[in-house]
Formats: sequence, structure tokens, C-alpha cells
Amino acid sequence: MSLDVDVDHRRGNFHLQARFTAAPGLTALFGRSGSGKTSLVSIVGGLIRPDRGRVSVDGQTLVDTGSGVFVKPHKRRIGYVFQDSRLFPHLSVRRNLLYGRWFARGSGGATADLGAVVELLGIGPLLERNPESLSGGEKQRVAIGRALLARPRLVLMDEPLASLDESRRAEILPYIERLRDEAGVPILYVSHSVAEVARLATTVVIMAEGKVMAVGPVQDILPLADANDGGAVLDATVSRHDETFHLSVLQSVAGELQVPRLNAAVGAPVRAYIRARDVMLSLKPPEDISALNVLAGRIASITATGGAQADIRLDCNGAVLMARLTAKSVDRLALAPGRPVYAVVKSVSFERS
Amino acid sequence: MTAEEWTAVRLSLLIATTATIFSLPLGIAIAWLLARGRFWGKSVLDTLVHLPLIMPPVVTGYLLLLSFGRRGPIGSFLADEFGIVFSFRWTGAALACAVMGFPLMVRAIRLSIEAVDQRLEAAAGTLGANRLWVFATITLPLCLPGILAGAILAFAKSMGEFGATITFVSNIPGETQTLPTLIYALTQVPGGDAAAMRLTLVSIAISMLALLGSELLAKRIGARRQTA
Repeated sequence: MSLDVDVDHRRGNFHLQARFTAAPGLTALFGRSGSGKTSLVSIVGGLIRPDRGRVSVDGQTLVDTGSGVFVKPHKRRIGYVFQDSRLFPHLSVRRNLLYGRWFARGSGGATADLGAVVELLGIGPLLERNPESLSGGEKQRVAIGRALLARPRLVLMDEPLASLDESRRAEILPYIERLRDEAGVPILYVSHSVAEVARLATTVVIMAEGKVMAVGPVQDILPLADANDGGAVLDATVSRHDETFHLSVLQSVAGELQVPRLNAAVGAPVRAYIRARDVMLSLKPPEDISALNVLAGRIASITATGGAQADIRLDCNGAVLMARLTAKSVDRLALAPGRPVYAVVKSVSFERS
Repeated sequence: MTAEEWTAVRLSLLIATTATIFSLPLGIAIAWLLARGRFWGKSVLDTLVHLPLIMPPVVTGYLLLLSFGRRGPIGSFLADEFGIVFSFRWTGAALACAVMGFPLMVRAIRLSIEAVDQRLEAAAGTLGANRLWVFATITLPLCLPGILAGAILAFAKSMGEFGATITFVSNIPGETQTLPTLIYALTQVPGGDAAAMRLTLVSIAISMLALLGSELLAKRIGARRQTA
């Protein structure tokens, strides 16, 4: 799959000018509200007609204002999961799920099977219910299933978790991960949550004020993502569980990490998100401290943020780690690029993955 | 009740039912255009639809006579080409009733179409449904209660229509004499009071039954939505 977007769209004072190419897997459009993320997916989905530009999927041109091409939304075969699930209130969950199947017939692509999708999303017990009786999390799972069963070649998700509370979010995230890994449908995912992007994304597109600021693999891009809440993504595998203290031990290139017991099998790949503000630096191996995780590394760069703070980029055996310290500490420890340091990370600061 | 009275009741029901059924598709189409359409002359169409509501019924009936009568431009065309005659026939009474009930029907349906969440229609579009399918599977089922209300209003209006009917098709027993026109005729003759009273009660009963029926139907639609 390939999605190529290059558009220019004005709405009042807002000017969207974006160009990016999405790779297979999950591509996250990340940015604050008002940065143009939703406008961009609406253009891809065909709900907004851009002033100028091109959109193409798998080589098929969906929009080209130059030659007057505009494929209507119902002919694009692009699934759309909205923030408000938009289930049809007069149809049962089953009939909601099957709605797109009438139209998907004969359009090629893998046969999306109701049984498989129901199993993937865990919505079997809901089939005969009516949408109004579902919880927010259940509604979103049904909405995802409905989009999948229309046999899309691309699924757009516009902040699908934004209207849900923390526990409901945790309930859906694993299903989106399964979707990314098992269903093989590329996803364009809009979010302003670093935690969601860190956990789900393969590729990140950072947007600000209608423009694409950066595009790349999540590990490289996320440290730049948010000035207020910077951090780094660390890929790891579960090496064992410590049942006595309810901990899981993860193995990553940067070293061993101990995190609260994960609900994942030994050997399973997980992704840890480490916030810059949760990392302390020490020049010597620290002893007698409460934090469990100490990673050895080398300072790659120091960026002064202008105020009292500085962002330190660490190279831990090839993995990137971010630390946010006061400028005073940087001065006191005489930190400089190339200097070996020890990063102290509090266990609790790991995003469960 | 006399045979003449029964005939009037039967004719009234036939005329009101025919008027409602035949105006419903056009009513839905016009209501959709007024609710969702963006076109030049929309306010003109809106005014035209509402005209029978604000004009004196006699004027509407007279205009119908001028245009749909045997010598009228539309009436003569329909009679010559298709053999459809409206003037002084029960079909003419149905036409008069349909025209008089049309604004009420369109108003009710239009409001219910405007109340349908357009975001649901957009969602159906992304699932592959074209505009016609979206209308048939999302918009129409969701505004069914409004369509029902519009149909009942038009039916009730038709059962009571007097001015336009009597002007356009007169008051011919067995052909165009409906409940209201017969009641009117009875009040004009000495000793007709008892019969007029009987028909008044029949008229009230039919109105109440129609209302009750629509309530039951609306409840069933609501119940189906709950269990669906």
C-alpha cells in the first residue's frame, strides 16, 4: 500500500499545506488540536474537497485538482472510524457491521469475514444488541469492525479514543494493535496523545499549524514530537516475569528494564515509552537508590530550551533516550556531548504496551 | 344510517386514502429538496408548497377548476392524452384534498429530515453507499416517524376538506359528495339535523381512530428500533 498526499487547502484563516507519503502499517498524524490533522484525513476520505493538490492510493488517483479528478467518497474504498462512532441507531450491531458488505461485493480485495472480524475485535456477545445500549468502548470496536467489513484498502481513524476515559482506552488499544499486525490493512491514525502514538505507530507525521513538520519512523520522530512532553520509544521483548514483586523484565538494546507486570507472554515484543522528565542523569553508577532501571549511555546532544531547562539526547548502545534536566544541573555536572553517563529511569514511567 | 350516508363515508375514506398515498412520494421528494437541497429558486418552491395553506380554500378550488377542469390547459391535456378526468369526479376530489394537505405533509417530513444526523449519512457514504442508498437505508428509516405524522396530517386534512372540494368538483351524491359536503347539504334542508349529527359523530370517530392508529404505529416503529 502507498498513500501519497500533497494538498493545499484554505478555510478562513487556516491554511493547510501538507505533503507526505504513508508507509504500510500504522501511520500516525500527530499534532495539537487545530493543527490540521482532521482536515487532512477528511480530504483523504473525500469528505472535504481540497483547493489544490493530489491524493492517490496504490497508484490510483483519488483527487487531482489539476486534471479535475475527484473520486466520490463511496467509491474510494477507504474505511473511516470517527471520533463519535456514528453507528446507525436503527440497525442492530450485526446489521451495522454488515452495512458495507452490500457495496463491497465484486470490488476485489480480501474477503473480510464477519466471523474473523468479530473474533478480532471481541464483539461476539454484542451482535444482537442495539447501538444505544453499548458502552463507548464497545461502540468504537463495532465502528472499527464496520469499517473493516467494507473491505477497505486503507482505514482512517480520527481520534477514535478521544471521547473515551482512560480505562476504555486501555480496552481498545490492544485491538488496534492486532488490527495493525494481523489484518494487514494500512491505517492512518489521527491523535494528539504521545502515549497512543508511541504504542501504535509505525510511522509518525508531525503536524503543526497546517504543515507537516517531520515524517519518519516512530523511534526517530517521537523525541521531537512535543516540547512539553518529550520522550523516547524503546523497542524491547519480555524476557521473564518476576511474580514475587509483580514485575516484568524487558530486554532492549539499551539494557534491561523492569516494569510493572505486563499482560504479555515471554518473548512478546513490547514498546516502552520513556518521558524525558522521568529520566535523571548520574556521572557514576548510582547506588542505594529506589529506581530500578539504570541504563548506561553517552550524551549525543544537548539542546537548551531557552528557559531553565535543557533536553539531553542520549545514545544508549544505539537506542535513543531523552532526558530533561535543568540548565543548572547541566552546568554543575559539566555535561557535554560524548560524555558517558548513567540514566536513571523510574519504573512507573513506562507506558504499558 | 341511510345508504346515501354510507356512500358519503365510503367516498370520504377512499378520497382521503388516495390523496394521501399518491401525494406521499412527491411529498417526501419535495421535503428532501427543501431540507437538503441548495438550488436557485428554493424559496419560490417553498412558497408555492405553502400557498394552499394560506390561500382561501375556495381560491385553491377555483384555480384547480381553471387548470384541471375539462377546458383547463392541464385538464384537457390529461383527458385527451391519457383519459384522466378530474372535474366533477371523485378523482378530482382526491386531487383537491392532496393539494390542500400537501403543505402539512411536507412540513412534517421536512422537519424530520432536518433532524436526521448528516454525520450518519457521511458515515454510510464512507462504507460504499451512494446518495440514493444512503437515502433509502439511513435517511428514510430515521425519519419514518415524521413521514407517518405527515401522512396522518394529510389524511385528516383530506377527511375534513370542504372549500376546495366543493368549488372544484361540486357536491354530487355518489361521486363527489364527501362527509363534510353531505353534512353541509343536510344542514341546508329542513329535518336534516339528526342525520347531520350522526355524520358528525362518524367524522369524530374516524379522526380519533386515525390518530390512535398513528400513535400505535409510531410506538411500534420505536419498539422495533429498541430491539433491532
